[in-house]
Amino acid sequence: MRYITEFRNGASAKGLIARIAQTSKHPARFMEFCGGHTVAIFRYGIRQVLPKTIEMVSGPGCPVCVTATPDIDKAIALAQIPGVIITTFGDMLKVPGSRSSLQKARAGGADVRMVYSPLDALKIATENPEKSVVFLGIGFETTAPGVAASVLQAEEQNIRNYYVLSQHKLCPPVIRAILKAGEVKLDGLICPGHVSAITGSQAWEFIAKEFGIPCVVSGFEPLDILQCVAMLTAQVESDESKVEIAYRRGVTREGNAHALALMNKVFEPCPANWRGIGVIPGSGLKLRKQYKHHDAEVQFDIKVEPSIEPKGCLCGEVLRGVKTPLDCGLFRKFCTPESPVGPCMVSSEGSCSAYYLYGSELI
Amino acid sequence: MEDRILLAHGSGGKLAHDLIEKSFVSVLDNPLLAPLDDSAVFEMSGRLAFTTDSYVVSPIFFPGGDIGKLAVCGTVNDLSMSGAKPLYLSLAFIIEEGLLLKDLQRVIDSIKTTAEEAGVRIITGDTKVVERGSADKLFINTAGIGKIPEGVTISGSNAKPGDKVILSGTIGDHGIAVLSQRQGLSFGTKLESDCAPLGKIVADMLTASRNIHSLRDPTRGGLATTLNELAKQSKVGIRIEESKIPVRDEVAGACEMLGLDPLYIANEGKLIAIVSLEDADTILAAMKRNRYGQDAVIIGEVTAEHPGRVVMKTALGSSRIVDMLVGEPLPRIC
Repeated sequence: MRYITEFRNGASAKGLIARIAQTSKHPARFMEFCGGHTVAIFRYGIRQVLPKTIEMVSGPGCPVCVTATPDIDKAIALAQIPGVIITTFGDMLKVPGSRSSLQKARAGGADVRMVYSPLDALKIATENPEKSVVFLGIGFETTAPGVAASVLQAEEQNIRNYYVLSQHKLCPPVIRAILKAGEVKLDGLICPGHVSAITGSQAWEFIAKEFGIPCVVSGFEPLDILQCVAMLTAQVESDESKVEIAYRRGVTREGNAHALALMNKVFEPCPANWRGIGVIPGSGLKLRKQYKHHDAEVQFDIKVEPSIEPKGCLCGEVLRGVKTPLDCGLFRKFCTPESPVGPCMVSSEGSCSAYYLYGSELI
Repeated sequence: MEDRILLAHGSGGKLAHDLIEKSFVSVLDNPLLAPLDDSAVFEMSGRLAFTTDSYVVSPIFFPGGDIGKLAVCGTVNDLSMSGAKPLYLSLAFIIEEGLLLKDLQRVIDSIKTTAEEAGVRIITGDTKVVERGSADKLFINTAGIGKIPEGVTISGSNAKPGDKVILSGTIGDHGIAVLSQRQGLSFGTKLESDCAPLGKIVADMLTASRNIHSLRDPTRGGLATTLNELAKQSKVGIRIEESKIPVRDEVAGACEMLGLDPLYIANEGKLIAIVSLEDADTILAAMKRNRYGQDAVIIGEVTAEHPGRVVMKTALGSSRIVDMLVGEPLPRIC
């Protein structure tokens, strides 16, 4: 099976588009939670091919975007401590904090390195025994098990100079918070694909039960997303609300038990600060006490000045789905991927970046 | 112990002379280089093209090429994109102390082979050696001179509404081949860089028709960035079709895995031609007869609408903007 071309097939797509148009009678608003979906929807122009009855809004599922300014400031402050090497995924380098960014800190002499995996960070720790190597743990359920594995490996190999600054976040609690706040009325949720590969589709069952909102887990190719929209539309039109999977090749109801076990072994839930949303109890992950010697939060005295939020930036509203980047006065004028004001313009999965790059309003 | 480059190799003394004589001059031998005067002296007339570029690719050897081949192709291709027949190159090396002599020799041999294929001669050069850590193994600069045939005026500002956009083959091969070799990112692939001199295919195209308005090689920034440059320079819109753009399975797969878009990945042996509608098929046929244009295809057209912007029709039938590359997501690839 060809996993890319088959899922981008134009003829099959047209069939699905026709089916959606035929089924959809009532106005329906669907939110794609995940930033990966937002990008795919823009990259393939999916909004343009859907019937007028269907409105798509983007959600808060971009881990870089939801990292709150004080947390970014903390990472930058940590980078300034002598002897510390900060390791992070590429996108985090450019995210502006209150006064600087990791990229600027690096230009100013801090040792900040881009890695593709926490295991690369562990390797840097082995190669630099006299330094303290900190991995910035940003991400959802998809990234946390890998970071957990790196901590366990550090334990096993007795690598004492490896630390994690855990800013991991969990998806179900934030969706609950958004639905509870009721700012956006939703008729369906496109559930994240990779997160669901770990958590299983069961993680969303509360949405269908408690909020009566149809849920379908989607993959990231255009046919996956169209299939997902078709399934959501069918649920809306038959007045059902259940959890379905349109991404069977990656997701089961139960999820990845091994990854979940790793994650639970190393981390425990804690409150987390979400940009634009605020602190949500139980929505973050911190290292358990028995791993505190790898916990950067515990091991370093990180001094951070009070944070300043960028003026006029609507990232918070965009993340909650109540505004779009086009509503923001900074968009495309003052805030661009080269000089981003807010994180949604920095991350390759951010809504602002997707609107900017694929700019359907310009055609 | 294997022989390595020492600081003394760049000192201008005996060691330096020996290196230049043995490693460079005897290999790249030609009558304009042979006198070894302070400058190469030659006669030329007519309209000339002159260009320069520096090469810092890491690693210096990659599947399908090396920094030497790249240094010849890059400059030859820049000359070719103005319609010039590439003739002479200069060649300057900045070598990091400690480089294996056999690696240097391999690069020079590759330069010789590529220059021969491209029909250019290396007529002047320079070598410097810097302390360990002051450069990364080997940096090369080449400058080139070419002669533009009578009646040829090719420029990025000549694209006109109605023109066709031709792409000479698959995109992203070079960038992904180099990336696949990088530390921390090595993934198994049989993919090779497309690095190639394009002088001959351009000559074939010009023989077929003089109605070639713009030529450009989509190197750093990839197809998307180059099309944007052309649209802006010519103040026209460009409309392309996603399904027409050839991408190898290996490139598409690697891009998916790394979160990259083939439209933005570098090529070193491809060209984009913007040509008049009536001669498009003739030029395309000429390209397809050349080994570097076998997969050539018309990917779109120039429009009067949305000047300065590139719009792509997706496989789903929707349209979207294709912007320039922003930022630098990739390490040194050329």
